[in-house]
Amino acid sequence: MQPIGLLIEFKGGQIKPANFGMATAARAENRQLVALVVDTPANDAKAALEAYGVTRVVNIRTDSNGWNPAVHAAAVVAAMQENGITTLIGLTSPTGRELLPRVAARLDAPLVMDCIDIDLDAHRVKTSQYSGKTIATISMTGSHFIYGMRANVVAPEEAPAAAEVIDFPFAADQGSGFEVIETRTDGSGSQHLAESDIIISGGRGLKNAENFKLLFDCARHLNAAVGASRVAVDNGWVPYAMQVGQTGVKVNPKVYMAVGISGSIQHFAGMKTAKTVIAINTDAKAAIMANCDYFVVGDLFDILPALEKALASVKR
Amino acid sequence: MNIYVCVKHVPDSAATITVEGDNAINEKITWLMNPYDEHALTEAARIKAAGKAVEIVAVCLGKPAAENTLRSAMAMGADRSILIETDQYHDSIITARALAAAIRKDGTPWIIFTGKESIDSEGMQTQFRLAQHLGLPVATNVIKINADSGGVTVECEREAGTIDVYRMAAPCVVGAGKGLNNPNYPTFPDIVRSRKKPVKRIDLAEQAIDRPAAGMQIRELVPAVEQRTPKALAGSAADIAAQIVDILKNEAKVI
Repeated sequence: MQPIGLLIEFKGGQIKPANFGMATAARAENRQLVALVVDTPANDAKAALEAYGVTRVVNIRTDSNGWNPAVHAAAVVAAMQENGITTLIGLTSPTGRELLPRVAARLDAPLVMDCIDIDLDAHRVKTSQYSGKTIATISMTGSHFIYGMRANVVAPEEAPAAAEVIDFPFAADQGSGFEVIETRTDGSGSQHLAESDIIISGGRGLKNAENFKLLFDCARHLNAAVGASRVAVDNGWVPYAMQVGQTGVKVNPKVYMAVGISGSIQHFAGMKTAKTVIAINTDAKAAIMANCDYFVVGDLFDILPALEKALASVKR
Repeated sequence: MNIYVCVKHVPDSAATITVEGDNAINEKITWLMNPYDEHALTEAARIKAAGKAVEIVAVCLGKPAAENTLRSAMAMGADRSILIETDQYHDSIITARALAAAIRKDGTPWIIFTGKESIDSEGMQTQFRLAQHLGLPVATNVIKINADSGGVTVECEREAGTIDVYRMAAPCVVGAGKGLNNPNYPTFPDIVRSRKKPVKRIDLAEQAIDRPAAGMQIRELVPAVEQRTPKALAGSAADIAAQIVDILKNEAKVI
């Protein structure tokens, strides 16, 4: 049995659902799924991970007293070595973007981020390049293989198993020259864009910062994330972290609503893999209208309040 | 105390990319400096202007045409540059080795900047590998930096609403994020001055780089297909809202 390491992430005390898609993609008869959980109590997570075929949970406990990417990456490498893991899969999430390259650098191992297809036996993956304009097939060689998956590319399927939980204490080397002073959260990042199933993004048509409230009002009913085009960010209406596109976040939701967004090449680079795209724009000739699944030629200031009302009355 | 800025020569984000052969692109398009590297240079110039750095050196691994990006870097404030010449595409495992070797040979770094990722290969990893080779601390997606002789205090945007503050001892590697600054685009006199600044060319093949046991090779490159058939939703605002709810519920099944 080849052990496959899964770097598990949590949000609000729960395992991020995209991890289960990751486990589903990694599962095969000749493989053992090993969940690596860093500085989070793994007992709660055990049952959820078992449901998706994980048979070993490595509960890594570092002495870092909270988030520390340098220490956490070193601990993951040590846990991989201890458990004979040469293949590690994580998400191309904010945490994954910090930890996976650090792990790959330490091991001098190949790494491909944002994989949309993974063949663990052939060490061959697909990922987008040139701002989503091409799909590259990349083969990796080496003694270790690190993969960053794009969230939501594989739908989770349950495959119940029983897992053992192993504690793995880790003490960091001193004098690394890297120190965490603090982590500040302002609470605005309640839903991370890259892993959201539904995203409602606003662009130039929103006109100002206050009008983004219309998007947040709709998003609340759907547990959706709110994104933005570069124009909205450059105008200072919303923070950069909300930007979808080539120089922003690349997203892969089930539904992407582009509201008052014309649809530049650079914006498409960030959202073109969305399953269903709904565009709302007053300009019937906007690029997004020709490359979406549903379009509304209309005024967002009429449609969004109506949509909010309709969503509020949906029984679920 | 030198600041090194690693830059990459990449296709313009608006360029049309055509695949040639199995795994290459038609290179007869507009090429520019990777956008994140512009933030890195702007910040390096700001730190130098505050009297904290001696020299800014731009470093690039690329084909001979990458000299254009180094000229841009010098127009944006680099004092001189190093082009590690090659005639091939290289993965980040080789790139990091080449950059590390060139910097090590050139001088004593204080801060080494990179962009947080490149917009062509989108690998998101060279800065980490570079730091590992040089044995230095690294932070990425840096949106604020305070530098002193002992090191830097950086703010990194991990995700919307989450900022990590790190202290790194100098020398260190900083991956510039978009929120770091507004790039200082060069004026005409800057461009004229940059033509007189030196570009040192070194051959990748002549660098003392250990052959890595690992690698990432692009086997195939295909255009990403976009085929959506747009359908119009019409009616009153309430009608349209009802249709959208129906799509969310019955087609996308997200409600």
